[in-house]
Amino acid sequence: MSSILEPYRVLDLTDVKGFLCGKVLGDLGADVIKIERPGGDPDRNIGPFYHDAPDAEKSLYWFAYNTSKRGITLNIGTADGKEIFKQLAKKADFVLESFPLGYLKSLGLDYVALSELNPSIIVTSITPFGQTGPYKDYKTSDLVASAMGGLVYICGDVDRPPVRISAEQAYLHAGVHAAGATLIAHYYRELTGAGQHVDVSIEEAMVWTTMYAIPYWHTAQRLFPRSGNLQTRYGSTYRLMFPCKDGYVAVRAYTGLTFGAWQARLVKAMESEGMAEDLTSIDWEALSFEGQRQEEIDHWEEVMRQYFMKYTKAELYEKARQYEFSLFPSNTPKNIVKYQQLAERGFWVEIEHPELKEALRYPGAIFKSEPAFDQTMFRAPLIGEHNEEIYVQELGFSKSDLVRLKQANVI
Amino acid sequence: MKAKRPLEGLKIIDFTWLISGPIACKFLADYGAEVVKIESSSVPDNIRITTPFNANIAGVNRSATFANYNSSKYSLSLNLKHPKASNIAKKLVAWADVIVESFRPGTMKRWGLGYEELRKIKPDIIMLSMTMQGQTGVFSHLPGVGTQLQALVGVTHLTGWPDREPAGTPIPYPDFISPWYILVAIMAALDYRRRTGHGLYIDISQLETSLQFMGPPLLDCMVNGRVQTRLGNQHPYAAPHGVYRCRGDNRWCAIAVFTDEEWRSLCEVMGSPSWAKEPRFATFLTRKENEPELNMLVEKWTSTHTAEEVTSLLQAAGVPAGVVQNGQDLLDHDSQLQHRRHFRILDHPETGQHVTEVAPYRLSRSPGEPKWAAPCLGEHNNYVCTQILGMSDAEFIELVAEGILE
Repeated sequence: MSSILEPYRVLDLTDVKGFLCGKVLGDLGADVIKIERPGGDPDRNIGPFYHDAPDAEKSLYWFAYNTSKRGITLNIGTADGKEIFKQLAKKADFVLESFPLGYLKSLGLDYVALSELNPSIIVTSITPFGQTGPYKDYKTSDLVASAMGGLVYICGDVDRPPVRISAEQAYLHAGVHAAGATLIAHYYRELTGAGQHVDVSIEEAMVWTTMYAIPYWHTAQRLFPRSGNLQTRYGSTYRLMFPCKDGYVAVRAYTGLTFGAWQARLVKAMESEGMAEDLTSIDWEALSFEGQRQEEIDHWEEVMRQYFMKYTKAELYEKARQYEFSLFPSNTPKNIVKYQQLAERGFWVEIEHPELKEALRYPGAIFKSEPAFDQTMFRAPLIGEHNEEIYVQELGFSKSDLVRLKQANVI
Repeated sequence: MKAKRPLEGLKIIDFTWLISGPIACKFLADYGAEVVKIESSSVPDNIRITTPFNANIAGVNRSATFANYNSSKYSLSLNLKHPKASNIAKKLVAWADVIVESFRPGTMKRWGLGYEELRKIKPDIIMLSMTMQGQTGVFSHLPGVGTQLQALVGVTHLTGWPDREPAGTPIPYPDFISPWYILVAIMAALDYRRRTGHGLYIDISQLETSLQFMGPPLLDCMVNGRVQTRLGNQHPYAAPHGVYRCRGDNRWCAIAVFTDEEWRSLCEVMGSPSWAKEPRFATFLTRKENEPELNMLVEKWTSTHTAEEVTSLLQAAGVPAGVVQNGQDLLDHDSQLQHRRHFRILDHPETGQHVTEVAPYRLSRSPGEPKWAAPCLGEHNNYVCTQILGMSDAEFIELVAEGILE
C-alpha cells in the first residue's frame, strides 16, 4: 500500500514554531524538504539531547518533530539561494514558513511573489499572532502563547502563580492546525486550481484550549478560576484527582446521564470489597451536582479516597477495566512507555539512526486505517543530508557547483 | 463578491458528542461542508446539558459550550434505539461523503452502522471513529472523558509545582488536541478518495493523538532514562522565565527571556536597576543559579505595573511577554483577537445570541465563516428529511408520529 499524501511536495522553511506541520504531512507520505540555513537550523539546539550530548545532530526535540522530512541547507537571503528556492517553489505544492512578518516579502519570496511563479502554490505561515493586527510583530514563546491564549490563567494552584504545562505545547497546536488548514486549502485547489495563503495564529490556536473561560465570561461575566486539581462548578467543589498508594489517579464523583453509570460501577467495585459505605444507596444517574450540599460531596470523596489509598494506580486501573468505570492513572513518561494498550496497538515505531548505530523508539502514527497505509516514518534529516539528491540529481547542479555554492555560503 | 467556502458540497454525518468530534465537524461546517449532527432527545449530546448555560437557565439548547462547538450544523434528532431509525441513518449514509462517530467501540456495529455495513450502502464512504484509546486493545472499552484522560497521557503529571500534587488542567485537554488531527485525517482521506476512488476507515484516538504532543519527554525517557516532571513555570533554557504578579487583583504577566540580548532589553525596560548589574545575574548560567531571587526581583518591578503595561513595554523592546489573559481579557480586551475576529456572535432562536470561535487560521482565497448558530435539538428534522432525503411531507409526519424523530 502506498502512503496517503504521496504525490505532494512540501518545502518546509519553518523554525520550531512550525516543525510539527511538516512532520504531520511527512508522516502521511508527502515529500517534505526541510530547508535550513547553512550550518543548520538554530532550533536544533533545543534539548533534551541524545545521551545528554549537546550537539546540533542530537537534539531529541529536533528528532521528535522533524521525522519523515528530507533536509537541505539553503541561504535564501543570497541571490543564488533565492533563485534556487524559486526553482524549487515552481514545482512544489506547499510552502511552510514561520519567519517574522515581512521577511519573505523583503526577499521577494512571499505568497504574492511565489504565486506568480506557481499560481496553484499554497503558502502556509505560522506566526505568533497571525499576519495582521496590532500584535502581529510581537514575539512569543510557549509560555507567552499559553498565557495570552488563556490556558495559563486557569491552570495551577490557587495560592501560587498560574502555570503552563511543563512540556512545550503551543507550537504543536499551531502546527497541527496548520496542517489541517493547508489540506483544506489543497481541497479547494483541487476543485478550482487556485492556490492561496494560509495564515495561522499561535495565539488563536491556544485560545482554542481554554474551554470554560470564554462561555463563563460571555454568559455570566464570571472568570473561570484556577483551583489546582479541584474544580468548582455547579456551585460546589469537587476533586479531579485522588491520591492512591503510589501516586495519583484521575477520577471524580460522576453524576447524571451517562456519567452517573460510571460512578455506579465504581461503587459496585468498592461494594464488592465492603468499602462503599452508604454510596450504594445513591442513584448516581438520577443525581445532579447542582444543589448538592458540599458536605455530601466531601463525604463521597472521603469514601472514595479511602478505597483508592488501598491500591496502586496500576491496581486501580485494572479494576477500572474489569468494572468498566472511568479512572485513569496519572502517568509519568515512564508509565506511558510501558503502557500495555500502546504495545497492543503497535503504537511505537522503531526508527533507524545509522549514525548513532541504533534505532530509537518514537510515538507512532496518528491513526490506524482500513485499508492500512504505508505510514513508515524515517528519522529527521542531518544538516544538508540531501543536498546532493536535490541539487545534483534533481536540479542538475554539478558537484563543483555545490562546492562553489558552499563557499559562497549559499548551501 | 462573496468568496466561496472551500468545502462547499462536502457532506458529513456527525455522530459525535461532547467536544473533540463536534469541534472537528464544526471546523468542516464553518468551512462550508454540509454537516448533519445526529442525536436524540433521550440521548442528547451530553455537552448540551453541561454548564454554563446561557443566562444561567438550563436547557438542551442553552449550553454555551455546545454552542461554541456546533455552529453551522444541521441537527437531526433520531432515536437510534427505534428499529426503523437505522433505515434513516442508512439513507443519510448514501448521501454522505464522510461519517464521523465517537461512541465506544462496537456501538455503531450494534446499530447496524459499522464500516462494513456502510460500505455496502456507499462503497467509497469515509468513516472515522474517534475514541478514548482506539478500537482495539485491552483498555479500548474503558469509558472516560478528556478531563481524566489527560492523566493517562502525562499532562497531569507535567502540570503544576514540583513540590506539590500535580494540578493538571481543569479542562479535557486531549479534547483540544484530537480534533486538529481528526481534521487532518479527514482531509487526507478525502484527497486519497479523490485520487483513487476508494473510501477509508480511520481509527483515531485521544490517547495516540495526545501523545504526539509528548514527543520530547517520551524520547528523553526512552533514550536518556530521564523522567521529566512538572516545573511550575521554570524552563530549562530560559531565565527569567515565569508568570509574575502585576498590579491589580489576580493579574499576571508571562515573561520569557532566552537570550542575553533579551535580558539586556528587560533590564533597560526595568530602568537598569543596580541589582540587575550584579555578576550573579550577568550570564544565563548565573541567572539560572540564582533563579528564585531573580524571579523575586523581577516581580518587584512587575507588581508596580499593570500586566498590559509590562507586556507592551517588553514587547516594544523585543522581549517575549504577554498578559496572562482570562475570559474577559480574551473576549473584551484583546485587540489582536478583535482585529482577527476570533470570536463571532451568532443569533440563536432560543438564547438570543451565543459566541463561537473560528478556527485559528485565515485562508486568503476561500475563508471559513460560521453559517449559523449551533442548532437546537432537532431543529432541522424537516429540512434533513424532506430536502436532503427527499421524503414527502406525509412520510415525514409519519416518522414523527412513530417516535423515530424525537
